[in-house]
Amino acid sequence: MKEFDVAIIGAGVSGASVAWQLSKYRLKTALLEKCADVGFGVSKANSGIVHGGFHHSKSTLKARLELQGNLMFEQLQYQLDFPFKRNGILVVAFSEEEMETVRVLFRQGKANGVRNLELCGRDRLLQLEPKLSPDVVGGFYVPNGGTIEPYRYVFALVEGAKKGGVELFTNFKVAESEREGEYWQIKSADGETIRARYVVNAAGLYADEVSKIFGAEEFTITPRKGEEYLLDRHTQASVSKVIFPVPSKVSKGILVIPTVEGTIMIGPTAEMVQDKEDVGTSSDNLHRILTQVKHMISGISVNDVITSFAGMRPTMPGDDFYIDISGKAPHFIQVAGIQSPGLTASPAIGEYVKDLLKKDGLVLVEKDCPKTVLPEFKEIRHMTPEEIDAKFADDPAYAHVVCRCEKISEAEIVEAIRRGHTTLDGIKFYTRSGMGRCQGGFCTEKIIKIICRETGMSPEEVTKRGGESKIIVGELHRGEK
Amino acid sequence: MKELNYDVVVIGAGAAGLATAEVTASAGRSTLVIDRDDFAGGVLMQCIHNGFGLHHFKEELTGPEYAERLESAARNAGAEFLLQTTVMDFNLADNENKELLALSPEYGVMRITAKAVMLAMGCRERNRGNIGIPGRRPAGIFTAGLAQRLINMSGLLPGKSAVIIGSGDIGLIMARRLTWSGIPVKAVVEIRPFPSGLTRNIVQCLNDFNIPLYLGHTVSKINGADRVESVEISPLVDGVPDSSRSFTIECDTVLLSAGLIPENELSKRGGVTINMTTGGPLVDAWRMTNIPGVFAGGNVLHVHDLADYASDEAALAGRHILDYLNGKRPGREFPVAAGGNLRYVTPNEYIPGEKTQFFMRSLIVEDDAELIVSLDGQEIMRKKLRFVKPPEMLSVEVPGELTARGGQLSFALNGGGR
Repeated sequence: MKEFDVAIIGAGVSGASVAWQLSKYRLKTALLEKCADVGFGVSKANSGIVHGGFHHSKSTLKARLELQGNLMFEQLQYQLDFPFKRNGILVVAFSEEEMETVRVLFRQGKANGVRNLELCGRDRLLQLEPKLSPDVVGGFYVPNGGTIEPYRYVFALVEGAKKGGVELFTNFKVAESEREGEYWQIKSADGETIRARYVVNAAGLYADEVSKIFGAEEFTITPRKGEEYLLDRHTQASVSKVIFPVPSKVSKGILVIPTVEGTIMIGPTAEMVQDKEDVGTSSDNLHRILTQVKHMISGISVNDVITSFAGMRPTMPGDDFYIDISGKAPHFIQVAGIQSPGLTASPAIGEYVKDLLKKDGLVLVEKDCPKTVLPEFKEIRHMTPEEIDAKFADDPAYAHVVCRCEKISEAEIVEAIRRGHTTLDGIKFYTRSGMGRCQGGFCTEKIIKIICRETGMSPEEVTKRGGESKIIVGELHRGEK
Repeated sequence: MKELNYDVVVIGAGAAGLATAEVTASAGRSTLVIDRDDFAGGVLMQCIHNGFGLHHFKEELTGPEYAERLESAARNAGAEFLLQTTVMDFNLADNENKELLALSPEYGVMRITAKAVMLAMGCRERNRGNIGIPGRRPAGIFTAGLAQRLINMSGLLPGKSAVIIGSGDIGLIMARRLTWSGIPVKAVVEIRPFPSGLTRNIVQCLNDFNIPLYLGHTVSKINGADRVESVEISPLVDGVPDSSRSFTIECDTVLLSAGLIPENELSKRGGVTINMTTGGPLVDAWRMTNIPGVFAGGNVLHVHDLADYASDEAALAGRHILDYLNGKRPGREFPVAAGGNLRYVTPNEYIPGEKTQFFMRSLIVEDDAELIVSLDGQEIMRKKLRFVKPPEMLSVEVPGELTARGGQLSFALNGGGR
């Protein structure tokens, strides 16, 4: 049986950040993920915003970790190479009443120590973002806010952690646990068993169930659903900064988000639901989102929508993060209730959990780490023709375009597969193939063939996102041989 | 970096591009055809059913046979081909030399210059996001064309039982194809009160196999976690889904056949002006876009019912490319407008005094309609039309003598039962 110092349950943004932190020490760490790939739970449907640290009071743990995490992304990007841009956030008000809330948030940001905040009148806002509706009254500008590709970020953290010796177990759904001496014995639903001295519960939506399995604190995670709609990059409403309305009590509101890769996302809604897997979208919500964003950016059209999806925020009573050493289960660290601004806070969550493990007796001995853990991998859409030609000389796949909408080469698909992403969604999240306007209509067949060629799988074994999400169910009968 | 130079570069080797290439190459103009796929023929190659060629070749062919004829004709005329080649960028501004940047795994990056460019990129299928079907995102949802390619070109079966959303022609053809492949089709669901596809396809692909067609119905939800498990169908009452009369059909596969969108992202990059109704470029009587020397034809211009019509239109563009290369210009042109009950008319300009064939799509379903052609508001021509419906393209030839004085030409449909 494999033995580890630490087992992290859940390879979402929190678990992955913890794994990345722990990979810098002389430890044996396991990262357990119930899905076929990492980041496939809560994290993949994240809005992808690096928040600016003004939404929450510093009295909350989430605000403190958000402020700290926000500052850590450049360093991480340098080490791990993922798409991230500090393109700034605008909070916009459409009435004097809303301006009052803007002033409150502005002062809260100042008090939190956020740098370079700027209170803006109408003219300044329209200068910063000419696509804004001329009805805007004022707002404020947060230059240190940014956008990130959430799945790429999780992939990079996990890949970096793996380079540092962390062992990843996918399709490992924790089903049972038992404390034996110094060790937790952890059994998966498929009967696979490992042992670890410490356990970190970063199970996202299922952190409550995992806590129960380990006999730790009882609490309930309630999913708060958010629907998002993705717009074609040719939309008239292509903005350069993240546009926030004045927030409400339950959510930061419906936003217009320019993704790092140049598409526009609108959403999310905020709706408490019962079923943790209820990630369906509804036409009522599409219309609600459209109405609200058109109020801010009038050029947005329903005809620009290329796809929609929904994600879940794992919320807990009290609405703060719950990150602590368990008072009931030995050597068990809770990382639960990581809703917004969890992604922004994640680098700091990783450090915070590492410190908690140390406090709980785990011996941390630093090891020599390379400055850049993952070398830069450049996609052809970011290359000059000369650069593509130079790459082509070594590998013709760089000049074979597989996904025409997002301009993805075969070399990028192969790279994704070699980095361990062998489902259609995994490849989509790594490369963007299938994320464009045709939504995989033209490239799906080609990608299935490349997966089969690279991995030796049969077409029937290829899935959308693991489990039973098969694409192909059989072959056409070819007659008697 | 490979540098190439041609008189004519045709982008897209489908029913349109091949037809243009044959025309320009036959006239001795150096012609290059570029296609992204591993083969020429475009979507024709996955259309293994017959019904092609009745107009263009006067005989009934399958899609691949039709493509092969077009390709051989173009090759025999001297056209050259670059396959597995994707045009990444365009510089069309220069009137003499259009510059294209293309990639292929055989030659790497290529800079191609041409005196004239033919846009023949065809179209793509509207997907789930475009038609906004709510619900979850399980595996098992395919556009009809993708399913067609999987089955007909790779021999891969996409499911065990299917519901088809939309009654476009590809969806209808696929209803029959799935049935023949042992995948029962439980329903075809069409939001409109009439089918989107050609009548002959309704008869041959649905009626002959007893596949139920739900007109005026919409799929209000797709259920399933990993793979599609069922769809929820609601009738439209006063244009709104009536959830009280919803019913559920179990299936593991959903095919979408809800219309086609001309693929003009490249055209837009090159500065070509797009018609917001058709999604294709605005063209004059020569099928020339707003950029001199850049032409368009086939489904990239407007979605055709038949491949034959796409080829005819592209061949016409090819003949005018030759005019253009020979230094001729269309001269002064006047605008064309779509009036009542018509969605669009193409071309968008005409040359006064020249006999011109116009193509248009109706917005209405009528058994007995009249097409009225007016010049600057004054009626110049009237044509009786039987069985007018949106899926079937209308065409009319306007004699040159009627338009000799110029002015705005507009077309309108009068419904029957006046």
